[in-house]
Amino acid sequence: MIKNFLMNLLLSFLWVALTGSLSYSGFAFGFILGFFVLWIMNKNEEEQRYFYRVPKIFSFVFYFLYQMIKANIEVAYDVITPKYFFRPGVVRYPLSARSDFEINALSTLISLTPGTLILDVSEDKKALYIHAMYLKSPEQFVKQLKEGMEKRLLEIIR
Amino acid sequence: MINIILAVLSTLGALAILFASIGILRMPDFYLRLSVTVKASSLGVGLLLICAAIMFPGDASVTTKAIAIIFFLIITAPIAAHMIGRTAYFIGTPLWKGTVVDELDGMYNKETHELQSDPRQAVDKSTSPLDDQIADTEDETK
Repeated sequence: MIKNFLMNLLLSFLWVALTGSLSYSGFAFGFILGFFVLWIMNKNEEEQRYFYRVPKIFSFVFYFLYQMIKANIEVAYDVITPKYFFRPGVVRYPLSARSDFEINALSTLISLTPGTLILDVSEDKKALYIHAMYLKSPEQFVKQLKEGMEKRLLEIIR
Repeated sequence: MINIILAVLSTLGALAILFASIGILRMPDFYLRLSVTVKASSLGVGLLLICAAIMFPGDASVTTKAIAIIFFLIITAPIAAHMIGRTAYFIGTPLWKGTVVDELDGMYNKETHELQSDPRQAVDKSTSPLDDQIADTEDETK
């Protein structure tokens, strides 16, 4: 896993050095090129995971950006129109994430999407308390978050 | 072409910050104000920084600085919001009267500041039914 990533990084630096221009687009192109070279060269079955994980990370970034922009438009619409559409509430969210890093990453991402705000993590790290702006029902909110954000995040981290 | 992208992105960024500041004025209670402000402003600043990075395409140092600022903004903004929100709940800032549900009610141990995760271990609410933090009138949250 980490060995593959370092090799990929090394290949992209090689590409930058050989083309002779240090720019982000050149680096990104070298990274993509190195990724495919490593994928073709790879014979070890156990090392395959890296090649599924990198596309997943990129799709997660786009998924998150989409969610963030969607929620921002929703909140902005509510702010500029005279009527209030929101139904706020504090929801208890049972965590599947266990380690500190997983909980930290998940709560940062939830906090960054507008309309949801982490109020606290319980002492035994089993539940998050989230202040949500648009709440149809607490069960539905928890289910949506669990199957969307948390599942995708844990697929990448674990 | 680059000019059009720059114009669109910077307008969107400025609008996001504008809506955040209108949100501070219009939202009915403290938590809604917090949750509108922090995210919209980090998105707005992020978009403006991306604009700066696109503006100087040949200069890698500008892009690096923009990426670093966005990275640290993304890491620190939610933590600040979390700390402010937690403190506000703890000192008893009332929630808006339209609040649907408050599952955090009674879960804090007020002496030790410990937070339970199991609803069954919550403090018995039947002794003081009026002691929840959801405001009864509009004026309480002002």
